[in-house]
Amino acid sequence: MHTLTLELNWSRGNKMITMTKDGFNDKKISLLKRSTSMNIGVILLLIMVLLAIFPQFIATHGPTDCSYKDMLKPPSSKHLFGTDNYGRDIFSRVIFATRIDLTIGFFATIVPFVMGSLVGLLAGYYGKWLDSILMRILDIFMIFPFMVLVIAIIAILGGGIKNIYIAIWLVGWRYYARLVRSEVLQIKNLEFIQAAKTLGYNDSRIILRHVLPNVLNSAIVYAASDVVQCMLAAASLSFLGLGIQPPTPEWGAIISEGKAFIRTAWWTTVFPGIFLMISGLGFSFVGDGLSDILRTKGR
Amino acid sequence: MSLLNYIFKRIIQMIPVIIIVSILIFFIVRLIPGDPVTIRLGIKATPQMIETLHKEIGLDKPIFVQYVLFIKNILNGNLGYSIRYCAPIYDLLKQKIMVTLFLISVSLTFSVIISFPLGYFAAIKENKIQDQIIRNGALIALATPQFWTGLVLMIIFAVSMKIFPVGGWGESWPQRLRAIILPAFTQSLWTGALLTRNLRNSIIDILKMDYIDFAKSTGLSTRVIKKRYIIRNAMIPYITLGGLELSYMLGGSIIVERVFALPGIGALMVESIYGRDYSVIQGVVLLIALLVIIINLFTDLMYAYLDPRVKLE
Repeated sequence: MHTLTLELNWSRGNKMITMTKDGFNDKKISLLKRSTSMNIGVILLLIMVLLAIFPQFIATHGPTDCSYKDMLKPPSSKHLFGTDNYGRDIFSRVIFATRIDLTIGFFATIVPFVMGSLVGLLAGYYGKWLDSILMRILDIFMIFPFMVLVIAIIAILGGGIKNIYIAIWLVGWRYYARLVRSEVLQIKNLEFIQAAKTLGYNDSRIILRHVLPNVLNSAIVYAASDVVQCMLAAASLSFLGLGIQPPTPEWGAIISEGKAFIRTAWWTTVFPGIFLMISGLGFSFVGDGLSDILRTKGR
Repeated sequence: MSLLNYIFKRIIQMIPVIIIVSILIFFIVRLIPGDPVTIRLGIKATPQMIETLHKEIGLDKPIFVQYVLFIKNILNGNLGYSIRYCAPIYDLLKQKIMVTLFLISVSLTFSVIISFPLGYFAAIKENKIQDQIIRNGALIALATPQFWTGLVLMIIFAVSMKIFPVGGWGESWPQRLRAIILPAFTQSLWTGALLTRNLRNSIIDILKMDYIDFAKSTGLSTRVIKKRYIIRNAMIPYITLGGLELSYMLGGSIIVERVFALPGIGALMVESIYGRDYSVIQGVVLLIALLVIIINLFTDLMYAYLDPRVKLE
């Protein structure tokens, strides 16, 4: 069949997408449109990553510099986003917070991604008693809504950044396990896995080289939206006063501090939230684009 | 199998789950560092007082006996006593759960009102500008933290426009209804966005099905096709997700209730964490687990009602 290739360039190298001629018109349009949203996502994230690496070049003040002359000043040319009740520059605090929030988003996602995928792989591949045990544990975890379980764990361990990680790790793996397991079950009995078994490859080689590359797509797509969830969850915990403690600049914590002045100083709550939203949007756009690309490629 | 039999069977199936959840909660609370009696009595308590209270609560008995006592107490509606509120936890939960249930049901209503027309409209305008706007709007809503949305809505509609109260609950139902609108709207923006995307995608899939073409070729009116063929089939994933969202909102209410100072179980949980009132946290978590199990049962029943192919097995 006559095939056409369409190349899309991302910042991280080329992705080749081959499509048959039949579906071309339709898919080309939607893929190109999606690719713009993917590009917007990548640009938004790049800006955020730059802010996280070089906050000192963009921020106009130190993140914890107090100035009692400038308490609760509205946005001006001197203080772009205004100041808070200690006279600290909101703009600089928000910029310096980028690093903390992005780091939390990354590590809070990557560990459950690995843990959950591993559980899903083992449960799906070996089946039998291992599957039953792991899936019953999963069922119990699934009963509690994400935030309820995270907050319950924080209640036991106490607040702070280390415990935020532990709580999100303990809860976050469950969706990955479920996703990867169902994918493994779908391909487990296909010919190429059977062929690998016939060739006498050992289990670890089959799992890592044959099963894993074919089941990770949906987990990767989910991870992109999960980063948003984890970042928002961590910010929410800080907002509740159970996460990052002031004066450390973190978006949720800044909003939490600003909440007391909501009647008089709206800028203390509004601006950090916009940054949280923009980073979330960046990940969502990338996730949307990824899901289209991986789906077209995989099936 | 009849509906009653099915409900009965599902309740029987729920028992082991409830038992494991109760064991989990029982042990988790005991993992908390520190002796609950010492916490309750304070540092000035004499060793004798501590020992007496230990015996009274049953903490000197073997752990298995303690668990049986714990379950017996729960079944009798005795969940312990809150130090912070100076009230039995059972009464406290009974009073606060009404606020939370009211909040999440209004939120769900708003979510359906938002997502239904938007999802349908986006689907029939697939990839056109209207669809793009709705889809990206949903993405923005999903990337926005709820506590921030709540505060921004509060700044606009309560602080500057003064249409709604800034927070708190009310004495009378009209007051309460007014107080619930902003928090419910805050929650429904997130869930509404998720439901919109879900409905859009399933309607697009359905529109490509052969049976829709067949229905058109038999000369059925657009209205009948829409109602009997498209909407009914799209409702199945929509309701499943709706049920999941309802459970999710129980978690979300923790934050929204804090933002708007609503006296629900979410706010109760956070305040109990601040006050180290662990038996209250235990009660709230137990109650939420129970609610989620009930919501799941109802979702399954709705599912079976809408899709006769789903056998009640």
